[in-house]
Amino acid sequence: MASTASGQQQHPLGLYLKIWILLFVLSAFSYMVDYYDVQGFWRWTLVLFFMVLKSGFILAIFMHVVWERMALALTILGPPLILLLLIFFMAFEGNYTQDARVQYFGHDADRSPLHVEH
Amino acid sequence: MSHSSTVDASVSGGPAPEAAGVPGFIKDWSSDKQTYHVPWGKAMMWIFLVSDTFIFSCFLVGYMTVRISTADPWPLATEVFALSFFGSDPIPLILIAIMTFVLITSSGTMALAVNYGYRKDKKKTVILMCATAALGAMFVGMQVYEWSKLIEYGVRPWSNPWGAAQFGAVFYMITGFHGLHVTGGVIYLLVVARKVWLGHYEKKGYEIVEITGLYWHFVDLVWVFIFAFFYLL
Repeated sequence: MASTASGQQQHPLGLYLKIWILLFVLSAFSYMVDYYDVQGFWRWTLVLFFMVLKSGFILAIFMHVVWERMALALTILGPPLILLLLIFFMAFEGNYTQDARVQYFGHDADRSPLHVEH
Repeated sequence: MSHSSTVDASVSGGPAPEAAGVPGFIKDWSSDKQTYHVPWGKAMMWIFLVSDTFIFSCFLVGYMTVRISTADPWPLATEVFALSFFGSDPIPLILIAIMTFVLITSSGTMALAVNYGYRKDKKKTVILMCATAALGAMFVGMQVYEWSKLIEYGVRPWSNPWGAAQFGAVFYMITGFHGLHVTGGVIYLLVVARKVWLGHYEKKGYEIVEITGLYWHFVDLVWVFIFAFFYLL
């Protein structure tokens, strides 16, 4: 483990290289989800799963959060948790707005977008 | 520009008391003088990055809200960002995939730069930082190309040919703000790389490279979320 007491972060090069390769592989996987046109439940699950893994490795290893003292790590990771509440509220309100548009303004929420001509 | 060095313990309040996990957390937060036992520049960079997290989160949550609330169909990102090479069939999302790989490559070179910095290997640090900056510039270049394509297709912040009008506003706002961060990061990297090259940190210590790296990795981190939420979902 690194000496976090002095504030320096020194770790073996091999670890960075392994994480680097892993990030490449995870990105390739997320791209494959789109390339092979996975839809519905599995699209959301896979994309979010790879996203969480990628961001976790960048934060933990490249940004050294896993080796920081808890006082700093919680300053970084704690406050953003409040965003979950914001996401919940806004999703709730967004759904209400869409329902109102469908119910009172006669919008059809089930239309498909037009295809793109290249 | 001065920042505290780990060599000069009096600046950073002396060596941190050895305590990990929860006991360390309590000790740090109840200490008389200092909570964060890292160079002040690093603590400040982290606090800036936490605030930046909120800015990008507000954009992404705003995007979620308009996408949920619109009753118009959302344009298909996989088609919008498809590209054909030499008359091939359009390959879905290919430019964005390449941009993602470029940014991850730059994150790797940055991580190595930090590592060589602490080894006091000035030459390798500068080369790796310049490589990171070059990859960042490449990313911005590709983003400019992407913007020009979308403008050509008739995507505007208030309308587009395929579906919900908010698509353009969200796209230009989020990728534009991210691109601005990458551009700023490239400049920041080059400035610090030059100072490293001139030997400004020989005595002070190489924490500045790690601090610059934090900013750069953060830009990559934000892209992970934009890639997932805007382009893939």
